[in-house]
Amino acid sequence: MVNTKRRSVIKLAGSAAAVASTGMAGILATGRTPAFAQQKMVHWLRWVDFVPASDALLRKTMLPRAEKELGMKITLETVNGNDLKPRATAAIQSGTGPDIIQAFNTDAYIYANSVVDLSDLALDLDKREGGIYKYCRSLCSDGKMFMSMPWAVPGAMNSWRTSWFAEEGVTSFPKTWEEYRAVGKKLKAKGRPIGQTLGHTFGDAPTFTYPYLWSWGGKELEADGKTVAINSKETLESVKFMQAFWKEACDEGALSWDDTNNNRAFLSGTISSTLNGASIYIEASRKPDTYQTEKGTPLFKDIQHAPLPAGPAGQFGMHLMQSDMLMKYSKNQDAAKAFLKWIHDEKNYGEWFNSQKGYSTPCTAKWESNPLWNADPVMAPFKVAARLGQAPGFAGLPNQKAAEALAKYIVTDMYAKAVQGTAPEEAVKWAEGELKKVYNT
Amino acid sequence: MAVTALGGTEAKRSLVRFRKLEDERWLAFVLLMPTALLLGLFIAYPFIEGVLLSLSDAKVGDNGHFVGLANFFKLWNDGIFWTSVWNTFWYTGVTTVFKLGLGLWLAMLLNRHFRGKAIIRAFILLPFIIPTVLSTFAWKWMFDPTFSVINWALLHLGLIHLPINWLGNPDLAMGSIMAVNIWRGVPFFAISLLAGLQTISPELNEAAAIDGARPWARFWYVTWPLLLPVTMVVMLFSVIQTFADFQLVYVMTGGGPANATHLFATYAYQIGIVSGLLSQGAAVSLAMFPFLFIIVVVQLLYIRRVEVR
Repeated sequence: MVNTKRRSVIKLAGSAAAVASTGMAGILATGRTPAFAQQKMVHWLRWVDFVPASDALLRKTMLPRAEKELGMKITLETVNGNDLKPRATAAIQSGTGPDIIQAFNTDAYIYANSVVDLSDLALDLDKREGGIYKYCRSLCSDGKMFMSMPWAVPGAMNSWRTSWFAEEGVTSFPKTWEEYRAVGKKLKAKGRPIGQTLGHTFGDAPTFTYPYLWSWGGKELEADGKTVAINSKETLESVKFMQAFWKEACDEGALSWDDTNNNRAFLSGTISSTLNGASIYIEASRKPDTYQTEKGTPLFKDIQHAPLPAGPAGQFGMHLMQSDMLMKYSKNQDAAKAFLKWIHDEKNYGEWFNSQKGYSTPCTAKWESNPLWNADPVMAPFKVAARLGQAPGFAGLPNQKAAEALAKYIVTDMYAKAVQGTAPEEAVKWAEGELKKVYNT
Repeated sequence: MAVTALGGTEAKRSLVRFRKLEDERWLAFVLLMPTALLLGLFIAYPFIEGVLLSLSDAKVGDNGHFVGLANFFKLWNDGIFWTSVWNTFWYTGVTTVFKLGLGLWLAMLLNRHFRGKAIIRAFILLPFIIPTVLSTFAWKWMFDPTFSVINWALLHLGLIHLPINWLGNPDLAMGSIMAVNIWRGVPFFAISLLAGLQTISPELNEAAAIDGARPWARFWYVTWPLLLPVTMVVMLFSVIQTFADFQLVYVMTGGGPANATHLFATYAYQIGIVSGLLSQGAAVSLAMFPFLFIIVVVQLLYIRRVEVR
């Protein structure tokens, strides 16, 4: 039976009487919602996690506990990652929508005018957890304010089939692009190509094309963050190499893949390697009877993770940095802040982090020493993903313009155009023109 | 007594008000009001807002300032925009021709008497009834580069040796999208034209047959001229819908590969909603207006000519 207190009955009766006697006009005149409707509420919009267990944990265990401890109602809404930006734009323009919206990579810069400064929460986290990584900080803070609260970095690493590579005489993941192309050529000849999207999709496309460009010495901008520098000898070399790499070693159908296609292709044994989060491995190890190799052994035992190969200028990584924006239009800002503080509490966040099994790397240094990273050596490469990541807009710092260029898929399209037959010089020139339009130079 | 007198005056006034409605101009005004209000609220207001937005430098969360036609000048030099313009015309043109041809053929078949006619008619409407996003997802799976059932069938029949890259090749991607649009649009043409066919008196065809007209001649000289007004209206609706299509391309390719399949609507969405450049997105969207306006005016003039004839 529900306990009803005398005070709450009086309050409810008072409100009801007020509404009954003055109607809507009465409510509007006071400028306040009736007392019985004043429960604190927080609406949190996130992507559909590639680790379904984590969404289930939030829904079934963590959020009900948060509701109880914080005395508020929390609604978790999950959508496809590609739909987060449209939702944020619509919400901001209409002035109503989720209180907290998840941002990817440079998204927070696009919405900088419409978010609440979360410096107090972020700096507290920074102090408590051994410092926020430079990569994460640069994506969440423009130096003046924290536009969003760093959440986690689902690291992008190559998932690769060890036995298939071994059949070609390769026992460790290729260190250079040349080596990768050479083994990829042999693999493709056997109907086991490398699977890499160059489509318009939020994660797997840019997290491949940006580090690939950097590894050849190419860059969007000079260090001043204004001068477009993509039309260089290095970029051109990277585009030329990509044309050959694509044709010789890759699944050419991947031009239209979104972030889920390579998961399905890898799990069904049609590709030998792909840049992805750890979701392929996690899914394969969760269902060892469903996902098996052609020899009938569990697929997950044939998967290893490795960073992208190195180019002439070195080895780079860009990951899917995730953060949470508290929206300015929110009428529940205090409650939302309280919730963010709650979920970033080490005990609560740790519970979620464990459910990810290494799929996501936290944004602070402290978690590098977490025992989870020793539990499964296959997941170990993800430990330092957030520490080693580099942000779009390089060699400048990330900002609103870099976010715009990323949202327009300019770097990705440069390579996509080339592999479809556009001359490399023309593809690079096209990218230069598009970037110049963005940076107004 | 006084109360009665007052009531009498009220009644007289309302009678006068009603008398006003006897004047056709007033009646027409009153009857048109609800529609005008709805059109104003949901068409004119957003349209004007769109125009104002396209003349500003507004971004998401920033109302911006008036910049005149700067956004349109930017578009003029935007290669992707011109690709979208070409794609939209190509997409609308090709699909409309096919939808008309197949729809007419289907309508002629359905106009005959055969067993199970009612059920077949209901089934034919299915592609039109299923929510577009849902059916397009099914098609997306059928064109999937790795798991395409079409490729599977062609490979097993020995017609191809390598899987076809339906959505990864710009031309094939456009072709695939058109195929889905035609599949979805044919029922609308078929059912509307069937309704048109049923208004044509069978006696006319019979008389022509008695005079010795063969089936093709009966179609061309009797059925087609009588069906033309309906056909033109159906085409008008279809062209407007296809020109502004969004869902299909958005679900199937998202405008890719490398912007090769963008239409006006998807490009406007990419710029305005995804990239947050609201004013530029509005400009792309508005650029559709003059093209569509010309097409509609030409079609309406043609319809009028056909009707007068």
